[in-house]
Amino acid sequence: MAVASFRREWGADALGIFFIVALGAFCALWGAAHASDRAFAVQMWTALAGFLAGGAGLVYCLGRAPGGAPATKYENGVVKAGVFASMFWGVAGFLVGVVIALQLAFPNIFYFPDFGWTNFGRLRPLHTSAVIFAFGGNVLIATSFYVVQRTCRARLAGGLWPWFVFWGYNFFIVLAGTGYLLGVTEGREYAEPPWYADLWLTLVWVVYLLVFLGAIWKRQEKHIYVANWFYLAFIVTVAVLHIINNIAIPVSLAGWFSYSLFSGVQDALTQWWYGHNAVGFFLTAGFLGIMYYFIPKRADRPVYSYRLSIIHFWALIFLYIWAGPHHLHYTALPQWAQTLGATFSVMLWMPSWGGMINGLMTLSGAWDKLRTDPVLRMLVVSVAFYGMSTFEGPVMAIRAVNSLSHYTDWTIGHVHSGALGWVGFVSFGALYCLVPWLWKKKQLYSNALVEWHFWLSTIGIVLYITSMWVAGVMQGLMWRAYNAFGFLEYSFVESVEAMHPYYIIRALGGALFFIGALIMAYNLWRTAAGGAPAHEREGDVPAIAVAAE
Amino acid sequence: MSYEQASHVAQTWGLVLLAGLFLGAVLYALWPANRERFNRAARTPLDDGEGDDR
Repeated sequence: MAVASFRREWGADALGIFFIVALGAFCALWGAAHASDRAFAVQMWTALAGFLAGGAGLVYCLGRAPGGAPATKYENGVVKAGVFASMFWGVAGFLVGVVIALQLAFPNIFYFPDFGWTNFGRLRPLHTSAVIFAFGGNVLIATSFYVVQRTCRARLAGGLWPWFVFWGYNFFIVLAGTGYLLGVTEGREYAEPPWYADLWLTLVWVVYLLVFLGAIWKRQEKHIYVANWFYLAFIVTVAVLHIINNIAIPVSLAGWFSYSLFSGVQDALTQWWYGHNAVGFFLTAGFLGIMYYFIPKRADRPVYSYRLSIIHFWALIFLYIWAGPHHLHYTALPQWAQTLGATFSVMLWMPSWGGMINGLMTLSGAWDKLRTDPVLRMLVVSVAFYGMSTFEGPVMAIRAVNSLSHYTDWTIGHVHSGALGWVGFVSFGALYCLVPWLWKKKQLYSNALVEWHFWLSTIGIVLYITSMWVAGVMQGLMWRAYNAFGFLEYSFVESVEAMHPYYIIRALGGALFFIGALIMAYNLWRTAAGGAPAHEREGDVPAIAVAAE
Repeated sequence: MSYEQASHVAQTWGLVLLAGLFLGAVLYALWPANRERFNRAARTPLDDGEGDDR
């Protein structure tokens, strides 16, 4: 009897996870004991605490909930956890963004020389990783788990393994983020985590792929829906990019520092092949998967052209992977490679317009819903920003334009029109859909608060990107201005001084976006925690909010 | 494999292979016999078993 209950509660999934956690805890303890520097010791103690908490959580959950047939057809718990984590990391990441935007305008704000972690250089990767990987990554994992189950009509594979993916990924985020504050970084943009965090992410990511493929393998629909193709491309390509860009030799197994296997221009090209495809497959392909499920669902309209979705999917796959060299114009990279990167970047207009047309035209026959449903409006505006930022990107990849835009704030503006407008809004829209669906509520707590969120964020984005365009073009022109004698017209610090008003406008825009996210977190919390709002009379509830259910 | 050999393969057979694969994907998307399947697939998010269990 004891053996039987042991087997039921401690299946292969639980034993496997327990083995990984125990091994991880042992390695962390070894690292903490032998650490050659203080930062590494702190990292290892953090890791040990994480592994012990993971092991304790596993034992606690298994003790409370015996195995057997799952109560529901789909695994919803891990998606709910993902929604919660997304909102938490979103608010945290946007807040750090506002802080560093203010530091650029007023350098002494929140900077204390005695506390190195308040330095812009350490907070900046914390911001980028928190918004891209913590917020964006949790949104992608949660929505992919939700969408693949519905469109395949199959439960996620692997019992507890989806939970391992969720906790393992968030553990990676904590380890990497606290590392940045300690000064632990590989110095590769968007790939800053040190070698041991990279190894851990590789393991988590492979399990993610297997869990996702398992649901597709068990599917009861013959055709694999296009959203799953985008998600799969995101998972597979990110695995390849992550592994190759992070091939490194640690100086010591008891220290965080490592050297990349590549050197010189090969290293730079590997990094930007990774960096640009993080944009292409993490921030584009994955979120297009969200678009292809949530926009048709919310608008209650079929995909405008399924054929177009297939063609633009394959166009994106075949083109994006070559675009990276446009980050290295006018460097030691051979001219032909720069030209190749620019050419493929311009060709990316094709999948860009394919995705934008398909997303927007899915609204045909339902355009009136934009007036009444702020969530659908958010999803549609995200597609408009997608079209705008992926139109701007190829222009900036042309060498002549790049000579003006590179190293200026124009690039920052471009990134944020994609990140805030496209990735942010499509994620917000999906989260606004998911919370009532998952917590089985008739509607959101307040549509009025969604309207506030929508308009505050939209105004914030517009302030952000317009100020950065002006600032960037001005910087570029000041840096290249010569006087009649062939000397530079401006010193560098004069261009910094000229940026001041634009940096203030940018910080204001970011603050509005952050306030919008706070409103959203409150709205989602009230939706999940309570029933329909008491103060909203029947006449205030747009018909769509009910009809969409 | 030297640089010259690698770039020769990439610029001949590699080009043909990748362009051919993409052409295959386009043909698959436009093939008339697939029309019905794709029309059904376009409705997948709408008929995803709402009654089952959200």
